Amino acid sequence: MSERPILEVEDLKMYFPVKSTGVIRRTVGHVQAVDGVSFQVEKGQALGLVGESGCGKSTTGRLVTRLNKPTSGAIRFEGDDISDISPRKLKPLRREIQMIFQDPYTSLNPRHTVGSIIGAPLAIHDVVPKNKILPRVQELLEIVGLNPEHYNRYPNEFSGGQRQRIGIARSLTLQPKLLVADEPVSALDVSIQAQVINLLQQLQREFDISFLFIAHDLAVVRHFCPEVAVMYLGKIVEIADRDTIYGHAHHPYTQALLSAVPDVKQAEVGGRRERIRLQGDVPSPINPPSGCRFRTRCPMAQEICARVEPPLMQIGPRHKVACHFAGELGQSPTRPVTTSVLGVDDQGSPAGTSPATPVPTGPGYDQQWFDLSSQQVISA
Amino acid sequence: MSDQKTPGSSRVGLGKRGASAPATGSGSGSFLEVRDLKVHFPTADGLVKATDGLSYTVERGKTLGIVGESGSGKSVSSSAIMGLHRGTRAQVSGEILLEGTDLLRLSNEEMRRARGKDVAMIFQDPLSAMHPYYTVGNQIAEAYLVHNDVSKKAARARTIEMLDRVGIPQPDRRVDDYPHQFSGGMRQRAMIAMGLINDPGLLIADEPTTALDVTVQAQILDLLQDLQREFNSGIIITHDLGVVAEMADDVLVMYAGRAVEIGTTNQIMTKPEMPYTWGLLASVPDLAGDPEEQLVPIKGNPPSLLDPPPGCAFSPRCRFKEHVSGDLCTTQLPELTSAAGATHVKRCHLTDSSVLKQEQPA
Amino acid sequence: MWAYAVRRAAIGVVLLVAVALVTFVLFFATAANPARLACGKNCSQQQIKVTEKALGYDQPLYVQFGTFMKGLVVGREFPADKEVRERNPELVTDCGPPCLGYSVNVGTTVNSLIVQAAPTTISLAVVALVMWLIGGVLFGILAAVYKGSFIDRGVVGLTLIAYAFPTFFIAVFFLKYVVIKWEILPYPGYVTIADGGVFTWFENLLLPSFTLALVFMAGYVRMTRAFVLESLGEDYIRTAKSKGLRTRPVLFKHALRAALTPLVTMAGLDFATLLGGAIITESVFAYPGLGLLTVQSSSSFDLPTIVGVVLVAAFFVIVLNILVDISYAFIDPRVRLG
Repeated sequence: MSERPILEVEDLKMYFPVKSTGVIRRTVGHVQAVDGVSFQVEKGQALGLVGESGCGKSTTGRLVTRLNKPTSGAIRFEGDDISDISPRKLKPLRREIQMIFQDPYTSLNPRHTVGSIIGAPLAIHDVVPKNKILPRVQELLEIVGLNPEHYNRYPNEFSGGQRQRIGIARSLTLQPKLLVADEPVSALDVSIQAQVINLLQQLQREFDISFLFIAHDLAVVRHFCPEVAVMYLGKIVEIADRDTIYGHAHHPYTQALLSAVPDVKQAEVGGRRERIRLQGDVPSPINPPSGCRFRTRCPMAQEICARVEPPLMQIGPRHKVACHFAGELGQSPTRPVTTSVLGVDDQGSPAGTSPATPVPTGPGYDQQWFDLSSQQVISA
Repeated sequence: MSDQKTPGSSRVGLGKRGASAPATGSGSGSFLEVRDLKVHFPTADGLVKATDGLSYTVERGKTLGIVGESGSGKSVSSSAIMGLHRGTRAQVSGEILLEGTDLLRLSNEEMRRARGKDVAMIFQDPLSAMHPYYTVGNQIAEAYLVHNDVSKKAARARTIEMLDRVGIPQPDRRVDDYPHQFSGGMRQRAMIAMGLINDPGLLIADEPTTALDVTVQAQILDLLQDLQREFNSGIIITHDLGVVAEMADDVLVMYAGRAVEIGTTNQIMTKPEMPYTWGLLASVPDLAGDPEEQLVPIKGNPPSLLDPPPGCAFSPRCRFKEHVSGDLCTTQLPELTSAAGATHVKRCHLTDSSVLKQEQPA
Repeated sequence: MWAYAVRRAAIGVVLLVAVALVTFVLFFATAANPARLACGKNCSQQQIKVTEKALGYDQPLYVQFGTFMKGLVVGREFPADKEVRERNPELVTDCGPPCLGYSVNVGTTVNSLIVQAAPTTISLAVVALVMWLIGGVLFGILAAVYKGSFIDRGVVGLTLIAYAFPTFFIAVFFLKYVVIKWEILPYPGYVTIADGGVFTWFENLLLPSFTLALVFMAGYVRMTRAFVLESLGEDYIRTAKSKGLRTRPVLFKHALRAALTPLVTMAGLDFATLLGGAIITESVFAYPGLGLLTVQSSSSFDLPTIVGVVLVAAFFVIVLNILVDISYAFIDPRVRLG
C-alpha cells in the first residue's frame, strides 16, 4: 500500500432538493442519494459497489466521473480533488476517467457510425492527427474483439453484446486510468455476460486500468472485484476484501443480500434453502430512518439502532462495517459492540464516559483497528 | 358477502365445458401437454420461426422452468398457451392440451373464458403490466368480475382477501392505491393476486422477478412457493438459472425456438448433456467456487430466427462439435433423444457426453 | 393543485404583459403613421398633428404603453388627449376595463368590436371542435383496430386527401356545390341563438365548422390511430387480455383511456388557436368573427384593433394551456401538480 490510491473518495454527499407544492416553491427536503461515502480504489484494482436500486451506487459513479457535481465531500483522483473543479478543467479529466453504461441500446447514438462513436473522443480532445483516427479506431475494435473493418456500420447492425463492446471501445479510446462501469453486463443475455466480463478483465490486466464496478449482481461483482463495498440508502454499510464480504460478512444487510441470491447449486439440495428474509421495502431516501438506516428491515434491530447511527468501523485489516451488532451470520453479539467506541450505553444513551477511540473515517484502511472479540484496538 | 366463493368451488374444468372442444387427451396424468407447437411470424424480411416444434408436458402439481435467452421463443410459446397470439399475424399450430382440451381448437370466446380462469399469467415488469390510470383494486377485481357473476362489492372483498394473502399490508386501504403508489415488490404481489384470484389450474410466470431487486426477488420467490399449492401446475419462464434451480421441478432449455434439453432440475443443473446448457452453466459466475477462475463464455451471438444456421442452431457456437463425426452438426437437425435418465432428453448429435464432463466447470 | 393554478395564472399574466409589449412595440414603432392613416388621405401636416395629439400618438412610446396597460386594468376614455375630451364632450367614449383601445377607423372601442366578433368565432370553434373530435377519434380507433386492413388504408387515405386540399378550396367547394348547386344547405350566415334559436344557429354553422373541422379531423384521425396503436402495444393491454376481458373493455377501458391524454393536450391547444379566429374559413364564408376582424383591421392598418385581437388570442392560448395542464391531474393519477 505504499503507492497512492488512484481514487480516494471522502465523505461524499449528493443531496437532490425536493420542492414544496405551494404557490411559492420552497425546498422542503432533500433526497439524500449519497450521504457520506468514503472509499478508495488502488491503482490497477477493482472496487465493486453493490446494493439495491436507490442505494446511491449509480449516483456515486456519476459523481466520480463528475457527470454530477457533489453537494459536498472530496473526490481525489491521483491526489487532486476533482469534486469542485471548473468545467474547463474537467475536460482533461474526462480523458483519465471514463464510463461504461448499462444499456448498450440507448447509450450509442443510432445515427453515428461505430467509427465516429469510438473516434469522437480523439477528435474532441485533439490527441491524434485526423488521419490517425481511423487506424486507432480499428485498433480499438480489434482489442474489444470486433471486426476492424466494421467501423463504417451503425450500432443497430450489432447485437447487444457487440454494442456493449463498442461502448467499451469508446471508453478506452483515450486510454483512461479509471473506468467507472455502471451495470456493464446486466442488460446482456446470460451467454454474452461472460464474454464481456472476460473482456473487461483482459483489458484491466493489459492496460492496468482501475475499475469502479457498479452492479447489483453479487456473483458478477465477486468474480470481478477483489474489494467490495455494500451500499444501503446512500451509505456504505460494509466494505472489505472479497473473501471477507462473501465469506465472513458482518453486516446483516450484506448477509441478507447474499442469502437472497438464487443459487444454481440449489438444485442438488432440492428446493430452496433457508434465507434471511428481509421484510418490506427500502424506505424513502427523503426521510431516512433515524440512527441506522437499515434498522427498519433489520432482523436484529434494537433501541440503540434507532438512536445512534453506527459508525463505519474498521474491524479487521481490510474490513469495515457499520453495525451496532456486527458479527458473522448466526453469531451476532447480544450487546452492541459499538458502545465503547461511541461512549454510549446499550440503549444508545450517552454513558458519560468519553469515547475510547476516535473512529478513523478516512477512505482507506488503517494500520490499527477495533477488534470485536477483545473490544480493543489492536494493530497489525 | 354470502355469495363469496371458497377457492376452487366455482371452477369448471375445461374438459367438462364446451362440447365443441374435442377431448383429444388421453386422460393421463399430465396436466398440460404441448405437442409440436409452432409460432411463426410472417414479416417483410421473411418468416420468423419464433417457436418451432416445441413439445413438453407439465405434470399435475409440478412446476416447469423454461430457460432461454432473449429470442429463444420461451415467452412466445407461453403466450400461445394464453391464446395471446389470436387476432395477430402470428401463425400458431400444434396442440396445447390442458386437461385433455386442445386450447388451440377453442373458439375465441371459449379461449377468452379460459384466460385468467383456467390459465393465468404474471409478467416481468409489474409497473408496465398494470394500467397506470386505474387503482390496483379495480384492476384485480376486474379479473374476478369477468369470470364470476358477483356484485362489485363482493369482488372488492375478494380482492382485499387476495391482497392479504399475497402479503400486502393493510389491504383494505391499499386496494384503492394506484400502481405507482406501490413499490416494485408490492406491484408484483398484486400481479400475483390478480393471477390467482380465479384459482387457475395453471399459472405461467414470465420472468416474474427479473425487474426486482435481489432481496425483493427472494420475497416474491418465497411467496410463489408458498402459493404453489393454490394452483395445480406452474410454468416459470426465466433466463436466471438460479431462479429455476430454486423454483422448478423440471427444466426445459430453449434455444432458437426449439427445446434443446429437458430433464429434472437436478439433472439439468448438475449433469447437463447438451453443450448449450453446459455453456450456460459454465458462463454464469456464482457465489461458490474460485472467484479468480476465468469464466467460460459461449462464443458468438444468438442466431437470427429469420435465417437460422442449418443443422443444429447452436452448432456455430458449439465448442464440442469436433467430437461429432463428419458435418452432422451443420447439416442435420438433431432429434430430441433420451439422455442419461428416462426423464432426460437432449437435442444433440454428441453421443459420448462424457466430453462435457471432462470440462465440467467446478 | 390550487397553488399550481395560481402559480400558472401568475406566469400567464406576466406572459400577457410581454405579448402586449411586443405587439405594441412592433406595430406602433413601424414607419406607418397611425394618425395619418386615421386622418385620411388628404390631410395636411397640420391636421395630422392635431389628430396625433387627439389620439395620444404624440406621446413617447412608453407613455402610450403605460396608458394602454392602465386602461387594461382600470379602463380609460377616448380620445386619448384630455384637452380634446374637454373641448368636445360629445366625442368622448368610455372604455371600461379591460380596455383594449379605440379603433379610429371604425369609430368605436376595440372591446366592442371584439365582443361583436367573438361569439361568431367561439360558436364556430366549439362546433368544429366537437366535430373533429368525434370524427377524428372514431375513425382513428377504427383505423387502429383494423390496422393494415382496407378500412385502415381507406381512412388513412381519406385523411391524406383532407390534408392535401387547402381550406379555402374546401370552403369554396362546399359553397359552390352543397349550397349553390345542390341546395342542400342554406347559404351560411351567422345567426345568434338569441335571434334564430339553436337549430338555425347550428344549421348556419354546419358548413363553415365542417370546413374547419375537416383539416383538424385528418390530423386527429392519424394521431388517435397512432396513440391507440401505441397503447394497444403496452404491457397492460396484454395483462387485460390475460385476465379474460372482452375486446370492448380492453379497447375502451384500457387502450383508449391512455390514448386520450395526448389528444386532450392537442385538442386544447388547437382549440385555443382557433379561438383567436379562423381567418380563411371566416373570410370565405364572410363570417364576422375574430378572423375576419383581423383581416379587416390588418388591411386597413387599424393598429389598436390588431393589438387587441392579438392580446385576446394570446389570452385564450394561455388560459387553455393552464386548463389542459390541470386536466392532466384528473386524467392521470400519476400527475400530482405541485
